[in-house]
Amino acid sequence: MTAIPAQITADVVAAKLKGERADIAGVAFRFLLFACLGIVLAALIALIATVSGEGIPYLFGERGLADFLNRPGFSEPEFAGVYQALVGTVSMAVIIAVVAFPLGVAAALYLEEYASDTFITRTVSVIIRNLAGVPAVVYGLLGAGIFVNSRLGGATGGETLLSAGLTLAVLVLPIVVITSAEALRAVPASLREGGFGAGATRWEVVRTLVLPNAFPGILTGTILSLARALGEAAPLILLGAKTSFGGGDWGDIRGNFTALPNLINGWAKLPESQGWEPNKQAAILVTLVVILGINAVGIILRNRFEKKSR
Amino acid sequence: MTALTPDPPGGVTLAELSRRDGRTATDAVMHRSLGAAAGLSILISLLIIGVLLGDALSFASKTTLRELGANSWSPARGNYGVMSPLLGTLWVTLVATAIAGPIGLGAAIYLSEYASGRVRKVVKPVIEVLASIPSVVVGYFAFRFIAPEITQRIFSGSPTANLLVAGLGVGLLTIPLMTSVSEDALRAVPSSLREASYGIGAKKITTVVRIVVPAAVSGLVAGVILTISRAIGETMVVLLAGGLRPSVPGSPLDSGLTITSAMTSVVGGGSDSVQGGKGYESIFFLGLLLFLITLALNLFANRFVRRVRQTY
Repeated sequence: MTAIPAQITADVVAAKLKGERADIAGVAFRFLLFACLGIVLAALIALIATVSGEGIPYLFGERGLADFLNRPGFSEPEFAGVYQALVGTVSMAVIIAVVAFPLGVAAALYLEEYASDTFITRTVSVIIRNLAGVPAVVYGLLGAGIFVNSRLGGATGGETLLSAGLTLAVLVLPIVVITSAEALRAVPASLREGGFGAGATRWEVVRTLVLPNAFPGILTGTILSLARALGEAAPLILLGAKTSFGGGDWGDIRGNFTALPNLINGWAKLPESQGWEPNKQAAILVTLVVILGINAVGIILRNRFEKKSR
Repeated sequence: MTALTPDPPGGVTLAELSRRDGRTATDAVMHRSLGAAAGLSILISLLIIGVLLGDALSFASKTTLRELGANSWSPARGNYGVMSPLLGTLWVTLVATAIAGPIGLGAAIYLSEYASGRVRKVVKPVIEVLASIPSVVVGYFAFRFIAPEITQRIFSGSPTANLLVAGLGVGLLTIPLMTSVSEDALRAVPSSLREASYGIGAKKITTVVRIVVPAAVSGLVAGVILTISRAIGETMVVLLAGGLRPSVPGSPLDSGLTITSAMTSVVGGGSDSVQGGKGYESIFFLGLLLFLITLALNLFANRFVRRVRQTY
């Protein structure tokens, strides 16, 4: 932070020495803009500091990381851990990867490679783009309507981990389609024309030329969308996420569920006097590690891809 | 021209080119299954509208305008005064946009016009980290830090959790969106415009304020609209830091509901929760309202984004 005022002072002095009038307004403007970045940085530091204050000593001291990760959400803070939430979040990630990724990439392939540019295709693209802007909580209502309260509720078991995972899969579907379509569009047309010229069918061109070239972009987009979905709590509230319940083991996809953001929400609502503060902060730290970790993988892959393509 | 033989030796015939075999059959199957995937995505979007409309209309048919005009929203007690979540949403969105708009724009101008490559390399990831923090974490932060350290020091008479705190939290959450959309718009301004400005002797600040920002204004407006839309749809921050008071808020310093927090606060088994019936349908009514408002804003923003693409 101190580097910039020093730089500004240096600029002013340099201007004076050269016999120019000091550009006070320009300097002030630049400082103001930099202050905007400073506020963002300060807020981020304050956030990390707030959730680390009691969370880090709890996780790595009195409670221990392994114990916190391996205990379910009991009603006493000394024992309550994030085991079920971690199971829920990881299971939902698997459901999203199995359902949304193939479906989204397939839809993008159809729209970009197969469909001709008609009124209908353009309408479909507009609808998908707008679906990506629908607030997450509305997808919770969709999930409640389709996977819980309809006839499908018999297959999913109602308010279960499976319903929650499918709802999140629907939530990320438009984002997967958009990012995959972008990656497909970035593949040069000459590559496709070369394939057609050699007598390949459209599918052969897609499978051997287009997909391998678009793969890094598609992968990055899907990973980032996964991180976004796993951070959502609001839609899962409407699907009946619990805080303290029995079960919730691996593979228990037709039972009660919670996810890391929902556990934080459930604990955050408890009064501060009951001693849940360390649990809340520790759960937030675990969540941040999971979500930011997934994001970091996506961003590192993107940067590597960008370097290669240059 | 007549020298062309109708069937050149060793050449490809039309019959060979248009033959049907395993390869073309695979292609046809893939064509159809990929089309089905695209169709399924559309089906889901129609389902959203169908699911929302069904229960929302059922709610509307049982509710009189007088009920909707009441001054509190608490379905568990049969109060459906829709002004309470609407005004709450308005306050939160106003505060959030007042924070995210200028700060996000300022950060974007700095990154696009002033920052060196090295600064960008450090700052961009910081903003990306902020963008990927789950909203429930920001909600906790708003309640634990923004409320006691900022708002309570200035407005000590107000409740700890209120719409202003929620708005500040939502604002923090939407800064990255505003920054990235604005930065894209500013970077789309051709450098020839800047060079022409410097060429006639304009200073950097003049170039930025009088040339670059006006040229990018469509994209910046789109950024603000998308920020508003995102703020309206944000749930967890308001749920944790907004106070959840069912009556119509008189000012942002009151506790209150927004559309989203009203939807999520009545499920989950607490004393305010509703079990089926009209109370449950009211969630879908609010959901439809939210869907329509954000859809209108997003369509509006898309028009501005398209205008940027057309100009440059």
